[in-house]
Amino acid sequence: MSDEYEHKLEAKSDIVSDASSVGTPGIDSVPEAEIPDQELYHSHSWWTTYVFSQDAKYIGVQYALTAVGTGLLGLVLSWLMRIQLAWPGLGWLEPAAYYQFVTMHGMIMVIYLLTALFLGGFGNLLIPLMCGSRDMAFPYVNMLSYWAFVVAVIVLLASFFVPGGPTGAGWTLYPPQAITSGTPGSNMGIILMLVSLILFVAGFTMGGLNYIITVLQLRARGMTLMRMPLTIWGIFTATVLALLAFPALLVGCLMMTLDSMLGTSFFMPAMVSLGEKLSYDGGSPILFQHLFWFFGHPEVYIVALPAFGIVSDLLSVHARKNIFGYRMMVWAIVGIGALSFFVWAHHMYVSGMNPWFGFFFATTTLIIAVPTALKVYNWILTLWNGNIQLSLPMLFSLAFIVTFLNGGLTGLFLGNVTVDVPLSDTYFVVAHFHMVMGIAPILVVFGAIYHWYPLITGRLLNETLGKIHFWITFVGSYAIYFPMHYQGFVGVPRRYFEIYESPYIETSTLLLNQFITIAALIVGAAQLVFLYNLITSARLGKKAEKNPWKACSLEWQTPQMPPEHGNWGKETPKVYRWAYDFSVPGAKEDYIPQNVPPSEVMGAKVEKT
Amino acid sequence: MDQSSISKLPKGWKSVPSDLGSDQTAFKGVQWGKAMMWIFLLSDTFIFSCFLISYMKGRASTVVEWPNPSEVFALDFMGVPVPLLLIAIMTFVLITSSGTMALAVKYGYEKNRKMCGWFILFTALGGLTFVGMQAFEWSKLIHEGVRPWENPFGAGQFGSYFFMITGFHGTHVSIGVIFLFIFARKVFRGDFDTGKRGYFTTMKSDYVAIEILGLYWHFVDLVWVFIFAFFYLW
Repeated sequence: MSDEYEHKLEAKSDIVSDASSVGTPGIDSVPEAEIPDQELYHSHSWWTTYVFSQDAKYIGVQYALTAVGTGLLGLVLSWLMRIQLAWPGLGWLEPAAYYQFVTMHGMIMVIYLLTALFLGGFGNLLIPLMCGSRDMAFPYVNMLSYWAFVVAVIVLLASFFVPGGPTGAGWTLYPPQAITSGTPGSNMGIILMLVSLILFVAGFTMGGLNYIITVLQLRARGMTLMRMPLTIWGIFTATVLALLAFPALLVGCLMMTLDSMLGTSFFMPAMVSLGEKLSYDGGSPILFQHLFWFFGHPEVYIVALPAFGIVSDLLSVHARKNIFGYRMMVWAIVGIGALSFFVWAHHMYVSGMNPWFGFFFATTTLIIAVPTALKVYNWILTLWNGNIQLSLPMLFSLAFIVTFLNGGLTGLFLGNVTVDVPLSDTYFVVAHFHMVMGIAPILVVFGAIYHWYPLITGRLLNETLGKIHFWITFVGSYAIYFPMHYQGFVGVPRRYFEIYESPYIETSTLLLNQFITIAALIVGAAQLVFLYNLITSARLGKKAEKNPWKACSLEWQTPQMPPEHGNWGKETPKVYRWAYDFSVPGAKEDYIPQNVPPSEVMGAKVEKT
Repeated sequence: MDQSSISKLPKGWKSVPSDLGSDQTAFKGVQWGKAMMWIFLLSDTFIFSCFLISYMKGRASTVVEWPNPSEVFALDFMGVPVPLLLIAIMTFVLITSSGTMALAVKYGYEKNRKMCGWFILFTALGGLTFVGMQAFEWSKLIHEGVRPWENPFGAGQFGSYFFMITGFHGTHVSIGVIFLFIFARKVFRGDFDTGKRGYFTTMKSDYVAIEILGLYWHFVDLVWVFIFAFFYLW
């Protein structure tokens, strides 16, 4: 550390240290400021305010809107695929188009919607506010991160307009087929996809470093790590995962780009295509699968951990009860994150591997069920005897618990090698991962948007429209995915673009396909209700009072709501407690915000944190 | 903190999470940029590990024999092929530049503007020499018929991995050299003494930035040691 830095620190601590010396000494004391107050970037022009904004809250909204916009395309693609599956006789889609839509739907939903929304969107919005800081540590880098993401999305979407169209290799992009003729988009499409992913990783790294440093080094006075809301723990751990998992994706993408453009043979064995021997020789397709899944499995938790964190906070606030087993919840998040790096090959049981490896990866996979089950029990125990408010965030959180439980249990089936082998590449797998990392996190996203919308706009979303949206989405997604479990059991393979009546396919499957498609169309349409709600409520919604949900965490305690530039006005908050002091015996209100000093709530029997 | 409250703190392993999780900052007194660089380097370590592990897997599973590195990388010196000659010089230059970088950081904190600037410049020149020699090595191999997709000495993957990994590392070195030149200019101009605001970030300059750049530079050198071991000594 430089001398100047030390000097600034000393000068600063003179000003702030007197806060604890007035009134009752000791009881309200918070450790002195360790870092000088953050210097903020102030925008001067329209461009730097609204386009190249360096305010984390604003970047968060930008991230979220871009991600949701891209996600809508993913939704439309799923409609088109479902129509094809239900009525193959219509000839609605060419086989190539079907595979392209499968691929783009998968990649968009996992990376460009969920990852960007949870980390880029909610991360940017909530980390500085919940930690009590004025902004991210590096606002300029944060702005670059968003624009790199925009470029990545543009490159991805550009692949729809190049000769051959986007890649149709499936979202796992397995070589050799991804870059061999016969696969749709094997020339330009796959290259744009790989370039887009590389850009996304670069952009994410810039954002991710920001999130980590802000959480580790930029918290308010009194905010210890074990007083942080679980939302922050989830986003933080997911970011660490992403920074360690995305390198494998980056390397895999780079190598496949070279295979495709330069004719190297990293992943390409000797093969014959259209009667001709290709120039490739001696590469290893399995290597790509390892690289991909070393990224791909942690990616599941990059999406799930922020959802875990957010849902814990929503449940606690809307059940007016402290979260059950806070410390265990934190360790479960960290433990799941660490374990997620040791299970990747359970996606490759049928790729062929030594049985002992299968045994190892099945064991580690099942061990993850322990911290995960712990979290589910803790959510239920948080609700136990709580004062449950059936508000929209609560409804979505409850829906999340059952959906996640459902998807998690099928995960136990698939984690076992012997059970996985017959179920692999059937609709059972499709149902499993849509339940566990599609529907479950998306339900949390909805709950979170209903919860934090007032923080962004100062207005509440419409309750009636929200209820319609909730019930159609919740019931509808079960109508879509429950039948798929059955289809998987009777052996319907995934990634077939038309399924006709045949000796191998049950008649019931065909009817179910039509049923699923109708449900999918209805659920998709319900999202339009949500969008309408989002757009109209921004101007016409009911004005929210300050801290509308009576939450304890810091993001609601800003002097202004929505918070202004710099979040905290003159002085950053001081934190005296965790974020879960709800219904404390002896307290006047049923909640005590994190920045209320103990001297103001003398009689309350609060948890020691 | 007084003695009685210190004795109440957790002991042994339990002290690690309790220290890390304490108030406001996890790493006490560490500047944000420095912490960020360490975490970035951790992420970058994973990138290079993926590259090198892929290389090991690729080399282990080729159908054609791998070229003999001591022949391929030999340099003719007065008519005698000397194995690893060029690479030894390259490695020496790069490691030396790590030393000059460390001196630059030291002089920076001593506010010795001139010496700091010169040592940054030496470091940059060392990096430039390294990249230059790498370009020479590449052109020599290309001249001998080594291509990313094939080579006359054996498995085609040799050229693929060699050009990709040394190229990726060379890009790291080149980026480092660019920043070293920029920083040399900033030091000579006195930006770090006056706390001049950055052109893009509008944040104040601080000598700690030189240490942060130094961290990156040492990392790039360390990675080279591994690449050297895996490509030239295996």
